[in-house]
Amino acid sequence: MKYLSEFREKAAVERVIRKIKDISKKEYIIMEICGSQTHSILSSGIDTLLPENVVLVHGPGCPVCVTPKEMIDTAIELAKMKGNVLFTYGDMLRVPGSKESLFQAKGEGANIKMIYSPFDILDFAKNNPYKNVIFFGIGFETTTPANAMTILKAREMNLNNFYVLIAQFRVPPAISAILNDPFNKVQGFLAPGHVCTVMGIEEYIPIAEKYKVPIVVTGFEPLDLAEGIYMVIESLSKGESGVKIQYKRSVRPEGNPKAKEIIRRVFKIGNQKWRGIGEIPESGWILREEFEDMDARKLLNKKIEEVEETKEGCIAALILQGKKTPNECELFKKLCTPLNPLGAPMVSSEGACAAYYKYKNE
Amino acid sequence: MKKIELAHGSGGVLMREFIEKEIKERFKNKELEKLLDSAILKTKNKKIAFTTDSYVVSPIFFPGGNIGELAVNGTVNDLVAVGAFPKFISLSLIIEEGFLLEDLRKILDSIKKAAQKAGVKIVTGDTKVVDKGKGDGIFINTSGIGFIPEEIDLGYHKIEEGDYVLINGPIGLHGFSILVSRENIEIEGDLKSDTAPLNELWEKLYENKIEVHFMRDPTRGGVQGVLNEIAKESGFDIILYEEKLPLTDEVRGLSEILGIDPLLMANEGKMIFFVKRKQAEKAISILREYEFGKNSEIIGEVKEKGEGVLKLKTKLGVTRILDMPYADPLPRIC
Repeated sequence: MKYLSEFREKAAVERVIRKIKDISKKEYIIMEICGSQTHSILSSGIDTLLPENVVLVHGPGCPVCVTPKEMIDTAIELAKMKGNVLFTYGDMLRVPGSKESLFQAKGEGANIKMIYSPFDILDFAKNNPYKNVIFFGIGFETTTPANAMTILKAREMNLNNFYVLIAQFRVPPAISAILNDPFNKVQGFLAPGHVCTVMGIEEYIPIAEKYKVPIVVTGFEPLDLAEGIYMVIESLSKGESGVKIQYKRSVRPEGNPKAKEIIRRVFKIGNQKWRGIGEIPESGWILREEFEDMDARKLLNKKIEEVEETKEGCIAALILQGKKTPNECELFKKLCTPLNPLGAPMVSSEGACAAYYKYKNE
Repeated sequence: MKKIELAHGSGGVLMREFIEKEIKERFKNKELEKLLDSAILKTKNKKIAFTTDSYVVSPIFFPGGNIGELAVNGTVNDLVAVGAFPKFISLSLIIEEGFLLEDLRKILDSIKKAAQKAGVKIVTGDTKVVDKGKGDGIFINTSGIGFIPEEIDLGYHKIEEGDYVLINGPIGLHGFSILVSRENIEIEGDLKSDTAPLNELWEKLYENKIEVHFMRDPTRGGVQGVLNEIAKESGFDIILYEEKLPLTDEVRGLSEILGIDPLLMANEGKMIFFVKRKQAEKAISILREYEFGKNSEIIGEVKEKGEGVLKLKTKLGVTRILDMPYADPLPRIC
């Protein structure tokens, strides 16, 4: 762990914070895209060390949060059907769909199992040939390669009882959507380090050029985040735009070509609905034709209705686009809590509202 | 809520609500009232501690122990937590038809060993066998009785501003080792459950007249869950120091990889001691002399009376809240 502790050292972080203070002459609004970064910022307390004129707003990068309600409803419906077993990641289990969460459905007898690695599902499918084994795979580009690889392996193993329910999100179209908004206030971005470890920075260059913003690919430790923030402000103060990499120990400009190739063998770019935001063009990965036979939705014998997302008074959409922070919401901590989440950013611990609830509950 | 969910048994907000509403309300009496680890029963010339606990751990055999010794140590520690010296234990076995006799013997042998180590006698018991498919191999219930020295009176009311919060070693070991063996996660290193009886540690503190104000074993809900409850019940704010928390490399690594905070993970051989400030250093040096206290640390302190919240001073020197977990922690996907 020595490698990580260096990036948590108080003195090193304080040095960068001092540099930020020195160059921050006006107000800067910076968005970190990724939920893990939001989590890390709030849990270490970086946000409270920054000068007042540097404002962090939190982006839509929590895949569990933005998975549409009807996907969860679909997963529950599938898991309740006799002969089906549904596998998914742990933090998906507590997220409420339109009526209940997967956890609650499990309590009522739905067949749901939690996984750490999707590859574990393949053995289960092989050993249980008379069961329909469904993988509810969600995530950003960080999990896409593993999910794609699982699908490829299932094909290789000739498993014809293996199905997938997929909600794969892409970061760059979400950044474009935020910048396209005429009311956008975000001046610069911390791009997610692990997404870019897979995808590289190529997709971000045209965005930075078109909208004239600095985008800094940033890591997840306190020192990474402080440096990323410094690099954004440095660019802003010089009037520069473009893509820079702070998280050099993990990210190469070209990304991971092998992982990218695996993604493209299984998925193609398609439109994707985001909980709390709505559909963003080309913001998802969907199955290529040759894998469509694995689409678990064809096992359904009833139609799952699309659900209206926002509850009255909930400002999830504004929070996910960086226009408001959770503590500006009237429902926050009163009617809306992690136990009774009303909007997308409260449903998973990575969401901005849940992170505020957890770390700023004062 | 119409049906019971797993979270109702996981030591978080949901379980607390359930116990308050469905148990405490219904059975109201002054012994139950405080919801301590053991009930304290007063007779004319003795203070008796009485507790019960059921063990349903899966897998039954895990790195560092099995369900049998867990059932002894857990009940011993629940008695210790109220300041008692454990004496007698009951043993109820609920066994699923088809369970291997060889495994049962292993479990019983380790119960015997654990009881000897803790100096308690198994004095009564019960055996039931249920149909195949109606149980998960074996469940164990143990109840325990211990005696509390006359002058000892631990409780929320004894906690004072300035008290130091001590723990007898690294946290999260039991929770993570169960997780690792349940999910077949392969890791390098030596990760084992910390299951252990802690009556010796309490005995030594008692003999040395250390002014202990409160004790609690941070099992389900972890250190964070238990300290939240203590803060709430006592009305004192409690602060933990992130850099003082004892963590092994294995736990540190797993918590990074899985995104699970060790503060939320169960411990089975740990006790949190609230000790009068000026005696804390002495308490630490006593605890460190014994097998289960070698790595004892002062991890926090009691601040002023207020809203009763638990806070963490992070390594960056920032203070933030540590709230009551609402159920077992789940791994994050990214």
